[in-house]
Amino acid sequence: MLEKFRETQFYKSIFRGGGVPKSRRQRMMVVLNSVFLHLHPVRLPKHAVKLKFTWCMGGLSFFIFLILTISGILLMFYYRPTIEYAYTDIIDLAEQVPFGIMREVHRWGAHAMVITVWLHMFRVFMTGSYKPPREFNWAVGVILLLLTLLLSFTGYLLPWDQLAIWAITVGSNMARATPFFGHEGPGAALLAIGDINFITMGSDARFALIGGRFMGEAALLRFYVLHCIGLPFIIMIFMAVHFWRIRKDGGISTPV
Amino acid sequence: MESFKHIIDTISNPTILFTSTLIIFFFIFPINDWFDKWNRRLKLYVLWSKKSMLLAAILMAAFFLFGLTDPDFRSIVLKPDNVPISGLIFLVYFFTWLSMHQAYENDARLERGESIDERYEAPNDKVLVWPDLVYIEFISLILCSAFLLVWSIGLQAPIEEPANPTESPNPAKAPWYFLGLQEMLVYFDPWMAGVVLPSLIIVGLIAIPYIDNEPAGSGYYSFKNRKLSIALFMFGWLVLWDMLIIVGTVLRGPNWNFFGPFEYWDIHKLEALTNINLSEFIYIKWMNTGLPNNILLREIWGIFLLLGYFLILPPLLARTMCKKIYERLGSFKYSIFIVLILIALTLPIKMYLRWMFNMKYIISIPEYFFNF
Repeated sequence: MLEKFRETQFYKSIFRGGGVPKSRRQRMMVVLNSVFLHLHPVRLPKHAVKLKFTWCMGGLSFFIFLILTISGILLMFYYRPTIEYAYTDIIDLAEQVPFGIMREVHRWGAHAMVITVWLHMFRVFMTGSYKPPREFNWAVGVILLLLTLLLSFTGYLLPWDQLAIWAITVGSNMARATPFFGHEGPGAALLAIGDINFITMGSDARFALIGGRFMGEAALLRFYVLHCIGLPFIIMIFMAVHFWRIRKDGGISTPV
Repeated sequence: MESFKHIIDTISNPTILFTSTLIIFFFIFPINDWFDKWNRRLKLYVLWSKKSMLLAAILMAAFFLFGLTDPDFRSIVLKPDNVPISGLIFLVYFFTWLSMHQAYENDARLERGESIDERYEAPNDKVLVWPDLVYIEFISLILCSAFLLVWSIGLQAPIEEPANPTESPNPAKAPWYFLGLQEMLVYFDPWMAGVVLPSLIIVGLIAIPYIDNEPAGSGYYSFKNRKLSIALFMFGWLVLWDMLIIVGTVLRGPNWNFFGPFEYWDIHKLEALTNINLSEFIYIKWMNTGLPNNILLREIWGIFLLLGYFLILPPLLARTMCKKIYERLGSFKYSIFIVLILIALTLPIKMYLRWMFNMKYIISIPEYFFNF
């Protein structure tokens, strides 16, 4: 049955080449012909498939990112980023939605991604894989680490419960002390003409971050937009560069 | 049992915990030949044998299970958002072991003149992505999804009372991965702990491959020829990042006071501490004159100290301890390297100044929000 199905025009039109890849040539063509698989090279040094060497952490980070994207989209169906509804929508996610564990998948997935990204970086360091010619890709990876943390941080506010707003309050209060651009930061007083300060509570870095003097509606909306659109957009660009450069810099690192 | 808990509570005090870690650390991850000699003499490398790993894993798990019998330990460790940290502790230990185990193995092989696993001869030693890599990826994806699903069904995501901006919890903590930074707030003002130091962590990480830029030693686990870079990275990652996160999460309770893992979070625990600035030390305690009104005059000692630290120490080190590094890197890269290291070292330095002299700020100009 299956064999016959593979011979149909329909199957062949989807999977170029068709048939089960048996010969060496066919197996190479599978990778070359697939838009997803061709992220990979066709052949690899043998240590590149050893878990002992790779720990699989980079791949898992990407996979968890995909899980987070999908579960995040599902969550967006139910969640409204306003002070009135945010909290009750989160409660409803667990109580009204059948088998409502999407928020759990999203939250634990986010924690897991932070850990896998750290461990991936740790592995890359321990194998010396940041050394030339891969130094720029290491820098891209550092930016990806930062973006992962920011994504997790912006998502932390969205449930709009005590845990959320106070964790973000602690974090965003730091912005108040930014040198020059925070109204309680060193040097902010220098940005003034006469008695008129440019950097005040209503115009400093913290104000830009949370959209107001206090944690409120504007902060929730800002973090929501950053979390769902802004940061994912940026991180995907950096991810594309990251994966591209792995291949261009010679694939997985090997001893010289 | 109670006395055991008491001992654990006592030694997890940051002063003892950090000091003992500081003393042991560079013997375990020798930073130069001198430490390496002692590492070999004390046979500390047995830590990376399979037996040690099993033993340590069992001990850690046993301690964990024992801890769970204690209500105070349980309440902090089983807090839903703290569960990832427990996982992190085991994972970080395991992967530290795994990398060091392979590093020592590879070093030994190379010493004997044998080849290492990662050495390959193209094109004979190449494998095909389909099926050799694809099936590994497929299995890890399934395992990872299953793991996430089980975790999600078993443990509910935390939700507390609706947000109330007028009622702040005590302690108010940032998300767990930033708690190392929040812990630094004890020793630094927000502009350092929350803005400058995190930015420098990012800059420092990006700078790594431009400072340690010899292609040798890439592509396989090794230690012998990378002692300095690995020891420094390990110190930053294990001690200054992971350990501070654990301290910030598990050992800091109401009012950011220290609490042992088996200690009840008593909101009324008092720690009478009057921290004083360097200027107060000099003018009030030693010279008995009172603080001068002129800010510059008041803080001149701290400013001199800091200028000396960042301007005089680097060239001094370049001629003595760091001579080899200086010769290898050249003056530009060396300056960046040494300044980053010196800034990182201000954290332990400020910790000890605080613990030993109750020192608050070296330079304190609250008039311009400049406290260091």
